[in-house]
Amino acid sequence: MHLMYFTERPYRYVSNDEVIKTGFFGIENKHFDSVKGGQLLNEYLDEKVLAEELGFDGVMLNEHHDTAFCMGSVMDVEASILARITKKVKIVLLGNPLPVVGNPLRLAEELGMIDMISGGRLVAGWVRGGGSEQFASNANPAFNREYFNEAHEVVIQAWTKPGPFRYEGKHFHYRFVDPWCLPIQKPHPPIWIPGLLSPETVVWCAKHRYPYVALATFLEPTVELWNMYRDAAAAEGYQVGPENFGYLQKVYVAETEEKAREIAKWDMFGGAGIGYSLFGQPQWMFPPGYNSKDATRRMARQFTDPEATKGSPWAGLADGSTLSKNESISDAQIKTRSAIWQDKPIDVEQTRKQILDAFPAVERAMQVICGTPKTVIPKLRTVLEVLRPGIFAFWQNDGPISKEDRLNNMRLIATEVMPAVREIGKELGLTSPFEVTPGSRPLSKGSKPQSVGSLDALRAMREQPVAAL
Amino acid sequence: MASSNGSPEWKEEVVQVDGSALVVVRGGTGRPLLVLHEELGWPGWLKWNSALARSRTLIIPQHPGYSRTERAEWISNIRDMAGFYARYLVEQHLAPIDAIGFSLGGWIAAEMAACNPAQFRKLVLVAPMGVRPKEGAILDFFQLMALKHLFVTVHDADATEEYDQLYGGEGPEQFERLEEARAQSARLAWAPFMHNPSLPHLLGVARSLPTLLLWGREDKVVPLSAAADYQRVMSSASLRVFDNCGHRPEVETPSEFVREVESFFS
Repeated sequence: MHLMYFTERPYRYVSNDEVIKTGFFGIENKHFDSVKGGQLLNEYLDEKVLAEELGFDGVMLNEHHDTAFCMGSVMDVEASILARITKKVKIVLLGNPLPVVGNPLRLAEELGMIDMISGGRLVAGWVRGGGSEQFASNANPAFNREYFNEAHEVVIQAWTKPGPFRYEGKHFHYRFVDPWCLPIQKPHPPIWIPGLLSPETVVWCAKHRYPYVALATFLEPTVELWNMYRDAAAAEGYQVGPENFGYLQKVYVAETEEKAREIAKWDMFGGAGIGYSLFGQPQWMFPPGYNSKDATRRMARQFTDPEATKGSPWAGLADGSTLSKNESISDAQIKTRSAIWQDKPIDVEQTRKQILDAFPAVERAMQVICGTPKTVIPKLRTVLEVLRPGIFAFWQNDGPISKEDRLNNMRLIATEVMPAVREIGKELGLTSPFEVTPGSRPLSKGSKPQSVGSLDALRAMREQPVAAL
Repeated sequence: MASSNGSPEWKEEVVQVDGSALVVVRGGTGRPLLVLHEELGWPGWLKWNSALARSRTLIIPQHPGYSRTERAEWISNIRDMAGFYARYLVEQHLAPIDAIGFSLGGWIAAEMAACNPAQFRKLVLVAPMGVRPKEGAILDFFQLMALKHLFVTVHDADATEEYDQLYGGEGPEQFERLEEARAQSARLAWAPFMHNPSLPHLLGVARSLPTLLLWGREDKVVPLSAAADYQRVMSSASLRVFDNCGHRPEVETPSEFVREVESFFS
């Protein structure tokens, strides 16, 4: 197993009132103090060094724009620093938003330099960028998928094709491609793709033999999408293994159940507690042309039928995830966003209460796992049995949680939880992409591919009384 | 209904232009009148269509990528679209023709005029986009959900009789069509947003084309100030402003709209 540490690196000084009223994207930047922001960025870099010392295999970064939710506006800057100040952890970038980058050749060079400085420790990854990112970078959302595919092509060619050569595509044009800052890892650094269960992306990953890392998604649709990957992989002639899959999980550990739960519930204001419902308002999450036809059809049903407005309509819908009814647990937050769309005033106090009241359901759905080391390990085992991922990232709880509590969480996870998780990984045969090359398991023509995830384990979990979770 | 393919008043026909199947709504009797619809697609056959159709044959192509016409991959901006229609007019022997363009459709017409004003006999532009206003700005409706975008196009939705019939009425199908139209509008004019910096420089070639600008005083989409920018380069253009009216005078004040248009074309 490859175990990673992750945080969104939020700007922690914006009041929850602003977040409730506006959502993370779109809060006026007068609420940002660069001095405090700088201190936080340094704390987050220090945390990565600590993660290495504590024995994590990788540190994972991501990128968002114009938001207190995540200060990694240019993730490659952080990655460059980490390349120098860490020694052995993998620097896992999940991911660079290809459609909003604008210049994929420059991106290929940036990543090449990071790989060189780190001595070949880079894991690259690509995302389409959320709807709001298209606004933040003014990337035409109607060409999002085209930009993604073509920018990927440019980066791979820049890394692998001897230069100089000329590249003339639909959206990108280069008359002289001959970069010298090429990655140490050949033919290129590993590429993993994070996502929120867009079927198109999952199939694309299977075709390219790129591991797919599901970002704290609901377990049931995740297994379904794993199976979609499995079938697309079979069509490519290979059998999937745990090395093809990764999962990001929020885990909060403290000395007592009560303390862990008390702190973890504030994660509901981390923005991504459940389906990113505080992440951004729908007009920013669903820019024109950003969604596939199928996703637009689902959205049309949801936005015109109040009865259908269940589950997680924002980011989840945009990426085509399907949620079962018993996972429709954030009605309060949905109502809040709908109210914004209708220009009705938000009742901040009532909304805050509704969000916090949703926490038990969030915990039940394993969206946040919290407790003492002793109680979180069995829950993590369930997740690992259901999904069987070769890559597993611990998501440091975001939201208004103190530095002391965060560091305590990291230490307890590393010292008291991770050893058990590694044992479970061995027992379940959870091979990472560094142990088994993704896509290298042969599948003879006509034979039936095996699933990696297991709904049986999910059903068994569901049958347990809630108290046992 | 925007989704159906005909009624007693109008029929759909399909015309091949450069290998693209252009869906054209045709209705009425008399001299042809080209109607270029706006950025949310073809809103459907409305009262003003029926009124004008008594004396004119309305020819309403559904732009490639909107409503029932498939997208043509090569059309990547409004000038391409204008070229596409130039070819349509020549191949269908329709030029010179009277035309009305609404909003983005007005921009298409303006680009056509800037390229070859002889394509038109007379031109009505209803709150056209295409020129960046010197005062104010074109509303960034890409930051609005589709139904809200539709909502702000009129000054008073409750007072607009046909509001609920626009684009076939509310429902998931309408939402989907609006989203598809908005996606195509984004492909064509995400940036520069809904204007072409070179258009004011080229439009001077159409300075003697008989042109009528129609505008709602309360237009929240394209501010009335843009009328002056059009008039600055099209000295032949006259302006008629409707009070208590937004971006859609043809549905907000249909009788006055039809009167103005008939009088101008007569």
